[in-house]
Formats: sequence, structure tokens, C-alpha cells
Amino acid sequence: MKKEGQVRIPSGCAISAVISKSGERMSGGSIIESMIPMHDRSNGLGGGFAAYGIYPEHREFYALHLFYDDDARRHDCETYLKERFEIVDAEPIPTRTMREITDEPLIWRYFVFPRRSALRALQIDDREYVVRVVTHVNSSVEGAYVFSCGKNMGVFKAVGFPEDVGRFYRLEEYEAYSWTAHGRYPTNTPGWWGGAHPFSLLDYSIVHNGEISSYDANRRFIEMFGYKCTLKTDTEVITYILDYLLRRQGLTLTEAASVIAAPFWDTISRKPEEERRTLTYLRTVYSSLLVTGPFSIILGFEGGIMALNDRLKLRSMVVGEYGDRVYVASEEAAIRKMEPDAENIWAPAGGEPVIVRVREGKF
Amino acid sequence: MTSNSYPRINAAKFDHAGINRKIREAGGVCEIYGCLGERFIGAGLEAGDIKIDGVPGNALGAYLNGAHITVFGDAQDAVGDTMNDGEIIVHGSIGDAAGYAMRGGRIFVRGDAGYRAGIHMKEYKSKRPVLVIGGKCGSFLGEYQAGGIIIVLGLTENEKPIVSNFPGTGMHGGMMLLRSDCRDIRFPKNVTARPASPGDMAEVEEIIDDYCRIFKIDKKALLDAPFTKVVPDSKNPYKQMYVAN
Repeated sequence: MKKEGQVRIPSGCAISAVISKSGERMSGGSIIESMIPMHDRSNGLGGGFAAYGIYPEHREFYALHLFYDDDARRHDCETYLKERFEIVDAEPIPTRTMREITDEPLIWRYFVFPRRSALRALQIDDREYVVRVVTHVNSSVEGAYVFSCGKNMGVFKAVGFPEDVGRFYRLEEYEAYSWTAHGRYPTNTPGWWGGAHPFSLLDYSIVHNGEISSYDANRRFIEMFGYKCTLKTDTEVITYILDYLLRRQGLTLTEAASVIAAPFWDTISRKPEEERRTLTYLRTVYSSLLVTGPFSIILGFEGGIMALNDRLKLRSMVVGEYGDRVYVASEEAAIRKMEPDAENIWAPAGGEPVIVRVREGKF
Repeated sequence: MTSNSYPRINAAKFDHAGINRKIREAGGVCEIYGCLGERFIGAGLEAGDIKIDGVPGNALGAYLNGAHITVFGDAQDAVGDTMNDGEIIVHGSIGDAAGYAMRGGRIFVRGDAGYRAGIHMKEYKSKRPVLVIGGKCGSFLGEYQAGGIIIVLGLTENEKPIVSNFPGTGMHGGMMLLRSDCRDIRFPKNVTARPASPGDMAEVEEIIDDYCRIFKIDKKALLDAPFTKVVPDSKNPYKQMYVAN
């Protein structure tokens, strides 16, 4: 067998997404299918999905998805979680035993709510509380990793090709108003279950094709605010940047897009005055959060998605529509796999965010 | 589909290597249907005529060396990557980096092109590649262009400019011809943009004739518009936005 360094696999990650603007819930079967025409963009070292609206019966509770090395680690971590959360439900996430997916960790989910006394004592809101607990588990609790912690949504990921990962997690049995998907070709890290995409924090999830060259600059800045980049992979830092800008700084999606994919100064100088002032402000205040290098990302959040390319558009991404559905993918073929009659296929410009929301009250 | 007598290949039955094997078994003359993202179709093919129904994958006609390919819908990224000879006709739109490092042959597109169309096209003696985009183009059209001819016709009706930001960045050879007065386009310092002369138009007449014939477009109406010719200017064409050198 050839060793690492003797084999070159020409490839690049794949992303795709579908959202129903009317909030109609769709099975995961179609998004799994969308990854098949893009199979060659991944190399089997990671695949994953984020699904929104899948836990309506538990919509008030944070859904924690965890990987454990073994049962002893699970008991330790559960003790820790029980001190901090009311746990209303706990179960192993159902999976399918299949040849293509091996070495799986223990995979559990919990529906939880922060203990009121703890929130009162810390004087923080429940979302911040969940972030702090999850950050602690992921940086300090040996053998446990929280890979999803939003409400009424969930991330499912593994080492394998995405279409196999989707079947492994039986995603055709879930129904979501929006789905995102990722096929991985890791360039800097060996490819571990926790390192597969999507990366998520609360209801924010990111799938990413590319490799950002500003990782260390971004990481140094964001770690000042309590985030810990434990996985040394660039996508993780994008997730934290967006949580910081959207949840903590209160920026709009469009503003956040103008921070991470800021236009060139030359382009800013030609904008109308008000827009020029806003863009100059954002680029100046958040200069350390400019993300450089190639990326196409899809951010999932409660009630919507945002697709965004780096400002030089060094990765491909296309958008299409059909009825109330909007599709985004690295390749048109993936969109046509989900909907052969998709219309208005177009490629957003670099730095041009595509924001799609489910109608208010429909999610 | 136009040629019912061609052998037909169902793309859904094969991976990209299998499709290319079937193409060669058919002597390069075939119809491929049900195409959905299969890469490298027709790669390196010297002769033949391939008709494609569906969406062919990236690097369609890479290293193409004389064969003809027609796509009846859209194509994805890097169409005609390092193509040497032959012709690729796309009736829909194409993705990014069309004609990437192309060194010969012709690509005709009816719709729009994404970013970096014609990036690093080059020419040598009789090898002079041609890329014609019927619609509009994304940013970095003709980035690092070293030779060949890029023509953009801007036939798509929308608010967008005929070409987005930074056309001709690093361009140091060849020419671009844009069907527009280009008043709203900012070109970098390393190129010169000026109204095309009758002599410039005569140089590309054969290409325009073929384009109009292929896509059934009224040539007279097409030419009844200002054209701008863009050629490199600088003795130091690499002095660019990325580094100061």
C-alpha cells in the first residue's frame, strides 16, 4: 500500500444546501443524493450535514450531540453536564451499521436546558451559558466532544464520504426545512470525526470549501473573546467569528459578510457615500476578522441560510431555485440532482452574500 | 439533439473514466445523455464530435486536441482547460475559469461566464486560441492573459456591467474585445482600452460570422454597437494588486 506523500488525490471539498422558504419540511434523502455527483471532490475523510427544524417536539431545548471515546468518558461527561443542565432526554443517536463507516465513537444526544440557578448566579443568558459549557467540554473534558448544540437543529458528521455518512445517520428519517451538506478533503489535519463539517455553535453551522490563509490572525483575535480553537482547522474559526459578529456584536448577516469578505479599498472608494462609510467602519473595526484565501461557505441558522464566497471568488458556488425551494452547491450538477428542473441558476459574485429566510412563523 | 445517428452513451452508467473509454470506443463521435457532473469529458481527444445533454462536470474538454464538443445546457468550471485545438460550443452558461491556460482552438458560449474567463490564455505562432462569451462575465476576465482573443458580447439583458471588476489584471499578451463603450468599466494600468477600429473588427470577422451562424444570431444587429479593444500596455505587466514590484 502506498503511504501518505506517495499519493496525490486531486480534489476539493463539496458543499450543498436546500431550504424551503415556506418552511415545508424535507427528508434528508435529497441532500444526500446531491453529494453523489460531487463525490470526487471529497476523499472519504469527512462528510456531514446540518438539519434545521428536525426536533419540533423538543424545540424549547438545546439539542446536544456528542462523540465519546468510551462509556467511562461518557459517564464522566454526563456527570459534568447534569450539574449544569436539566436533561429532559438522553439517547444514542440512531445509526446504521455499514461497511463504509468504521471506527465510530459513541454518539449520543441530549435535550437540555441550563439550570436557572446557574444562569442567575452568572448573570448571563442561556445562549452564552451553553457556549461556555460547550467550550469547556471541547477544550478540557478528555474523550468527549460536543459537535452540535442548537435548538431544533442538529449536526451529523463522520469520517467517510458524505453520501455514506448521510445513510449512516439515517438522515432520510429526519425532516428539516433546511439542510446543508459537506464532503471533505482535509488539507491540513488528518481527518477526525470532530473535524468533519459542519462546525457549529448554538444554531450557527458552517460548511466550507476552501482553505483560509488568515487562520492564525483570525484565531488570535477570536480567542481573546473566550473561544477556543481546539481542532486547528480553519472552518472552526469561521464558525466562532460568525457567532461573535452575529450574536455578540449584533451585526446583520450582510454586515458580517462585509467583515469576513470585505471588499477591496479600491472597490469601497467607488461606493455611494453612506455605503462607503459603513464598509470603511466595518473593515477598520473588525480588520482582524477579514478572512483571506479561498472559501465558499454556507452558514445555517434558525430560519435561514447564507451562502458566501471569498472576495476574489477562488471557489465555485452556484444558486438555483424551484418553487419555494432555494438550492446552493459547489456545482450545478448537485442542484440538478436534487431538482432537475431548477431555474435561475446563477453564480453569486465574490463577497456577495446570498441570504434566504424561511417566512416568519413558518419554522 | 441534432444527430440521431450518433451512438448514445448514458452518462449515469459510468464514472468519468468509463465515459471517456466509451467515447474513444466510438471513435470520438457520440451523444452523451444524462450527464450530471462527470468530469474530464473528451479530455485530450484528437478527433470526433461529441454532443452532450445534461450538465457535464468540471474540466470539460481539458487538453482537447482537435475534437468538437457541443453542450446543449450549462457547463461547469474550467471548460477547455489547457485546450490545444478543436472547438467547444456551450448553449447555456459556463462556470469559472473557462479556457484556463488555453493555447489553441475555440470556445463559443451563448450565455454568461463566471470569474476568470480566459485566465492565462496564451498563443504561439499559428496557435491562437479564441474564447467568445455571448453574455456577461464575472471579475478577472483575462487575468494574466498572455495571448489569444477573448470576445465578450454582453447579450444577457440585466443590470450588470458586461464584465465585473478587475478585467485584464496581469494581462501581458493577446487581446480582448468587448461589445460596449466600457464607460463604466475600470481597467488596470497595465492595459489600454480604446474603441475598436474597422481594422480590429475585420480581424475578428470570421469569428463573429461563425458565432452568429452557430447560435443563429443576427450579425448586423450584433455589430450595430460600440466595441472596445483591450490590449496590454505595460513594460512591467506583473506590477499588480497583489504585490508591489
